[in-house]
Amino acid sequence: MTTLKYRKALNNALREEMERDSLVFLVGEGIGKKGGSYKVTDQLIHEFGPERVIDTPISEASFVGMAGGAAIAGTRPVAEILFVDFTYLIMDQIANQIAKFRFMTGDQGAVPFVLRTQGGLGNGLAGQHSQSLEALFYHIPGLQVIMPSTPYDAKGLLKSAIRSDQPVIFIEHKKLYMTEGEVPDEEYTIPIGMADIRREGSDVTLVTYSYMTLESLKAADLLAQEGINVEVIDLRSLVPMDMDCVLSSVKKTGRLVVVHEAVKRGGIGGDIVANVVEHAFYDLESPVKRLAGRNTTIPFNINLEKLCVPSVADIVEGVREVFNS
Amino acid sequence: MNAKLLKEMYEKALTIRLFEKAAIEQYRLGNIYGYLHPYLGEEGIAVGAISTLRPDDYIVSTHRGHGHAIAKGHDVSLMMAELFGKATGYCQGRGGSMHVANLEQNNLGANGIVGGGIPIATGAGMAVKQKKSDQVVIGFFSDGAVNNGVFHESLNLAAIYALPVVYVLENNQYAAATPYEKMNLNDDLSIYANGFGIPGLTIDGNDVIGVYEAASSAVERARNDDGPTLIECKTYRHQGHHVNDPGVYMPQDVMAAWKAKDPVDRLRDHLDVNESITEDEIAAIDQKVAIIIEDAVQFASESPQPSAEQFLSEIPQF
Repeated sequence: MTTLKYRKALNNALREEMERDSLVFLVGEGIGKKGGSYKVTDQLIHEFGPERVIDTPISEASFVGMAGGAAIAGTRPVAEILFVDFTYLIMDQIANQIAKFRFMTGDQGAVPFVLRTQGGLGNGLAGQHSQSLEALFYHIPGLQVIMPSTPYDAKGLLKSAIRSDQPVIFIEHKKLYMTEGEVPDEEYTIPIGMADIRREGSDVTLVTYSYMTLESLKAADLLAQEGINVEVIDLRSLVPMDMDCVLSSVKKTGRLVVVHEAVKRGGIGGDIVANVVEHAFYDLESPVKRLAGRNTTIPFNINLEKLCVPSVADIVEGVREVFNS
Repeated sequence: MNAKLLKEMYEKALTIRLFEKAAIEQYRLGNIYGYLHPYLGEEGIAVGAISTLRPDDYIVSTHRGHGHAIAKGHDVSLMMAELFGKATGYCQGRGGSMHVANLEQNNLGANGIVGGGIPIATGAGMAVKQKKSDQVVIGFFSDGAVNNGVFHESLNLAAIYALPVVYVLENNQYAAATPYEKMNLNDDLSIYANGFGIPGLTIDGNDVIGVYEAASSAVERARNDDGPTLIECKTYRHQGHHVNDPGVYMPQDVMAAWKAKDPVDRLRDHLDVNESITEDEIAAIDQKVAIIIEDAVQFASESPQPSAEQFLSEIPQF
C-alpha cells in the first residue's frame, strides 16, 4: 500500500491503462504539457506523446463527439471536460449519440467511451463552475455514472471504466483531488455498480456518494458519540446503482437519510427514496430525509455559498431527527 | 473510367432509386411508419463518393441515409426490414429509416440529429489515426448541418489533427423547408473550408462521374495522411423533406430544371453513349435490380416482429 492523493491515483490509472492498451488515448483542454487544471494528466504527454495525450480547442461538443466516434470505430478514448458545468455544451453528443448508439444499432459493436469531469463546490467559483450535475446523466438510459470518493475507488473504478464497452460518465470532485488514501501497489480494478459500506451501523442508513461521503463520515463520528450508529453507504456508482445494498441496509436499520451536494429538486436522492418506498416501505420505522443542495444557483459570495450544500452539522441534525422520530 | 465500374455505379444508383420508390409505396400502404426521408434525386452523390472507397473504409450517414447504405453495399432486404421495424433489420427494428447502421461494413450509422454525425465521422478519423491504419472516412451531411456549431468545430479538429476524413456536404438547398440561400450569404458553402485551412470545392452533385473524380482526389489525399477535404455537392430533392411533406415551397420550374439533370438518367445515358455498354446489358441490370427490390419488400413483409419479452428482459430495474 502507498498513500496517494486522489488526483495521483487517477493519474496512475490513466498511465497503467495507456501502457496496457495502445488503443487508449486522451483528449481535453490543456491536458498535455499543462497536465490538466487539476494535474490528473500530469506528465502523461511526456510518456505517451502528443498523439495519445491530445490537447483540444475549446470545442467541447465536437471533441467529445470525436471521442465518441473514435470509440465506435474501435479505440478507447478518455475525454476530459474541465468542469461538469461545461457538459451542457456536449449534451447532444452524449445523450443522443454516445448513450444511444449501441441500442439503436441493435447491439452492434461497443462504445468504450469515458468522459472524465469534475463538479461540486469550490471556493467562490460562482454558478458556472460549482454545479453538481450527475442527475442529468443519471436520467439518460445507456450511460454508466461513477462518482468515487477515495483514491482507492478513483483508481480502481477509472480502470474499470476504461475497460468497459459501455459509455461511462466519471465525475470527480474538486475538493477531493488533494485528499489522500491508501492505494495498493499491485494491479487492481473495482467492478462498476457496487456500493461500499464505509461504516457499519444499526440505527440509521445514510446513503451518499462523492465528496459528501467524507462529510457524512465526519457526521457519523459525531453521532456515534451520542450513541447513534449510522451505516454510511458510499454508492460509488450511480448507474448501475447497488440498490440491493441500500435495501438490505434499510431492512436492518428501518431508517433512511440520503445526502448529496446536487440540488434537491429532481435529484438522485428523490429517486433513491422512491425506490426504498416502493421496495421496502414496511421496513421503514420513520419518515425518510433528503439532505441535499438547495434549489438555487450557487452564489459567488463565500458565506452564501456555504449555505447551499449540506454541512456536517446539517447531516448530524438530519440524522438525529430521523433517529428520534 | 472502366465499363465495369460504371455498370456497378449504375446498378447502385438504380437500386437506391427503386428502393426509395418501394419504400414510399410501402409507407403509403402502412407497412412503414415514422419518418421516411427519401434520397430521390441525390443518388449521384452517395454512389460517386462511396465508389471511391475500399470496403474497410468508413462512412457516417444522415437521416436521409438509405442511399449511403446501399452505395456501401448493404443488403437491401435487411435495410427494408429495418424500415419495417422487423427483428431481421440491421438494427433489430430499434432504429428504423433514420438510423440504419452496419458496423460490419463500417457504416457507423445514419442519424436523427442534423449535424450529429459530423463529430462521429471526425472521431472515426481519429480512430484510424490512433490505429495507424490507412483507412479513410467519408462523413455525409447537408446544407442544414452547416449552420450547426459542430460542423465548424469538427472541421477545425480534423484540420489541426490532419484526420483522414472527406466531408461531403450534400447541398440539396433546403434545411428541411428553409432555402439555404436565406440562411447563408455564400452561394458556395465550400468556402467555409478556407476558414479551416483545408481544401474545399463545389461540384455538381447530380454528375456521378464528377463526384467520383472529386472524391477520388480527396480520398487519396486523406489516405496519404494529408488531411481532410470539404466537397460541396449541389443537388435537389425530388420531393419535400420527408414522405409526408408535399414540398409546396419548392418552385415547380426549379424542380423541373433539376429533374432534367437527374443523376440516374444521366449515368444511364453516359453508359449508353460513351462506354459502348449495350441496351441489353443495361436492361439486364434494370431487371436484376427490380427483382432485388421486390424480394426485399417480400423479405421485410414476412419477417417477424422483435420479441417483446426479450426487449423487456434486457431493461435494468434500477
